[in-house]
Amino acid sequence: MPEALDPSLVALYVFVLACFIGYWVVWGVTPSLHTPLVALTNAISGIVLVGALLVAGDPEAGLFTQIIGFIAVLLASINVFGGFLVTHRMLSMFKKKK
Amino acid sequence: MTLSVNLQAVAYLVSAVLFILALKGLTHPASARRGNLYGMLGMLIAVVATLMGDQVQSYGFIIVGMTLGAIIGVIVALRIQMTAMPQLVAALHSFVGMAAVMVAIGTFLAKRGAGELNALLMGEISAGVVIGAITFTGSVIAFGKLQGLLGGSPVKFKGQHLLNALLGIATLALAVHFAMTGSLISLTLMTLLAFTLGVTLIIPIGGADMPVIISMLNSYSGWAAAATGFTLHNNLLIIVGALVGCSGAILSYIMCKAMNRSILNVVFGGFGSDSSGEDSAGAVAAGKGVKSAAVEDAVYWMEDANRVIIIPGYGMAVAQAQHALKELMELLEARGVEVKFGIHPVAGRMPGHMNVLLAEADIPYDRVLEMDEINPDFPSTDVVLVVGANDVVNPAAKEDKTSPIYGMPILEAGRARQVYFLKRSMRPGYSGVDNLLFYQENTSLVFGDAKDTIEGMNSALKGGGH
Repeated sequence: MPEALDPSLVALYVFVLACFIGYWVVWGVTPSLHTPLVALTNAISGIVLVGALLVAGDPEAGLFTQIIGFIAVLLASINVFGGFLVTHRMLSMFKKKK
Repeated sequence: MTLSVNLQAVAYLVSAVLFILALKGLTHPASARRGNLYGMLGMLIAVVATLMGDQVQSYGFIIVGMTLGAIIGVIVALRIQMTAMPQLVAALHSFVGMAAVMVAIGTFLAKRGAGELNALLMGEISAGVVIGAITFTGSVIAFGKLQGLLGGSPVKFKGQHLLNALLGIATLALAVHFAMTGSLISLTLMTLLAFTLGVTLIIPIGGADMPVIISMLNSYSGWAAAATGFTLHNNLLIIVGALVGCSGAILSYIMCKAMNRSILNVVFGGFGSDSSGEDSAGAVAAGKGVKSAAVEDAVYWMEDANRVIIIPGYGMAVAQAQHALKELMELLEARGVEVKFGIHPVAGRMPGHMNVLLAEADIPYDRVLEMDEINPDFPSTDVVLVVGANDVVNPAAKEDKTSPIYGMPILEAGRARQVYFLKRSMRPGYSGVDNLLFYQENTSLVFGDAKDTIEGMNSALKGGGH
C-alpha cells in the first residue's frame, strides 16, 4: 500500500488554494461596499464557532475545558449574529435612484 | 442521528462555496444582499453539520452560549449607529481573536487529556493562540481609540521598535519550546506576551490611519481562524480563514496605496498627531491670506451651477451632516443642478465609511463616485463643496516634492471653478500639513459646524434667496 499523504499537507493545499480564491474574489468587490465587506468577512470569520462547538460539546475534556469552550461559543456567536445582521442593515441602505 | 465524517465534510464544502459566493455578491450593490444571505446560509449549514457530528456530545453549554451570543449580537447590530461602525467592527474583531485563543487552548487541554499531543499539533495551537491574542488586544486598543476612550494620537517612546522585536522573538521562542515540550508554563507565558504584543503594535498608530488598522485586524482575524482550522484539521475553517485573511490584506494594501505609504511605514511610522491649533479661526485665516466666505456666497454660486461635487470626509461623520447633505442635494437638483459625491479611498475611519453614511441618508449610490471616476469631472465643475475633508484634496500631494504627503493620489477639487471648504477651524488635516488649496484664488472657507452650515444653505435655498 502506498504511503498516505500527511493530513497537514492536505490542509496546506486547501489553505494556499483558498488564498488564491480570496485574492481574486475580493479584488472584484466594489470600493463603495468596502465597509460591508469588512463587516461580512468579520461575520464569516465567526466560523471559529465551529471550533468552539467542538470544545464546548466534548464532556470527556472536563468541565474547565468546556467552560473555555462556552466562552468561545458565546464570543463567536455574537460575531456571527451581530456581523450578518449589521451587514444586512448596511446593505439595505444602498439604493439606486428611483 | 449523527452525521458521518464524510457527510459532514460534504456539508462543509457546500458551506465554503456559499461563503465564496457571499463575497462574490459584494461585486455590486444590487447583488450584495443576496450575497449576505448566502453567507448566513453557509454559516447555518456549517453549525448544523458540526452539531450533528459525533464529536459534539453535550449541548448544555452550546445552547446557552449561542442563545446569549445571539441576543447580544442582535441587540448590538440593531442599535448601533452607522457612524459608530468602525468601533463595532473593531469590537467584533476582538471577539474572533479571543474565541480563537480559547479554542486553541481548549483543544490543547482536550487533546492532552486524551494523550493525543504531538509537536506539529502544538505548533498549530501556538499559531492560533498568538495570532488570536494579537488580534484581540490590538482590536481592543483600536476600539478604544475609535470610541475616544484612548487618545487618538500615536503613542511613541524610545526603543519602541526594539521592544516589539524583543517581544516578538520571545513569543516565538516560547512557541517553539511549547511545541517541543508541551509545557503549560510556556503556553501561558506565550499567550501573555502575545496579548502584550497586540497592545504595543497598535498604540503607536494614529487615529487617521485607522482604515489601515481596521483592515489589518480584519486580516489577522482571518489568519486566526485559519490557524484554528489547522489545529482542528478542519478544512472549512482553513478556507474561510484564508478568504478573510486575504480580504483584509487586500484592503490594507488599497488603503496604503491611497496614502502613498507602505504598510511598514503605517505600522512603524506613527504618522501624524492631533495638533491643537484652536486659535480664532477667522483671524488665523485672514493672517494667512485665506478668504473666508458666508453661507450666502456659497449658495449664490451653487444655485446657478450646472454641476456641484461634494467631497465628504471624517468631519462629515463627526458632525452627522449626511442627512443635511441629502436635503441640499435634493434642493439643488430641483433647480436643475447636477450633484455628485466624490469619495477618497481613505476618507473616514474605515474603508468605505463615507459610502455607508451617504447610503444611510438615502443618497443613491449611483451619485457617489470613487476618486478615479470623478477626477476627470472637476475641470467642468462649477462648485466643489468640501465637507470635513482636508488632506485628500491637498494639491501639495501633487506639487510639493518636500511635502510628507507628496505622491498621495488626491481628489483634484482645485481644478473646479469654485471651491468651498466647510471647516470648523484652520487646523490642518491629520498629516499636519498645511493645505495649499486654501490659498488658491478660487477657494473660500466657510467656518462653522458642517451640519449647521449645510442646514443654513438649505434654508437659504428654500427661501428662494437671491
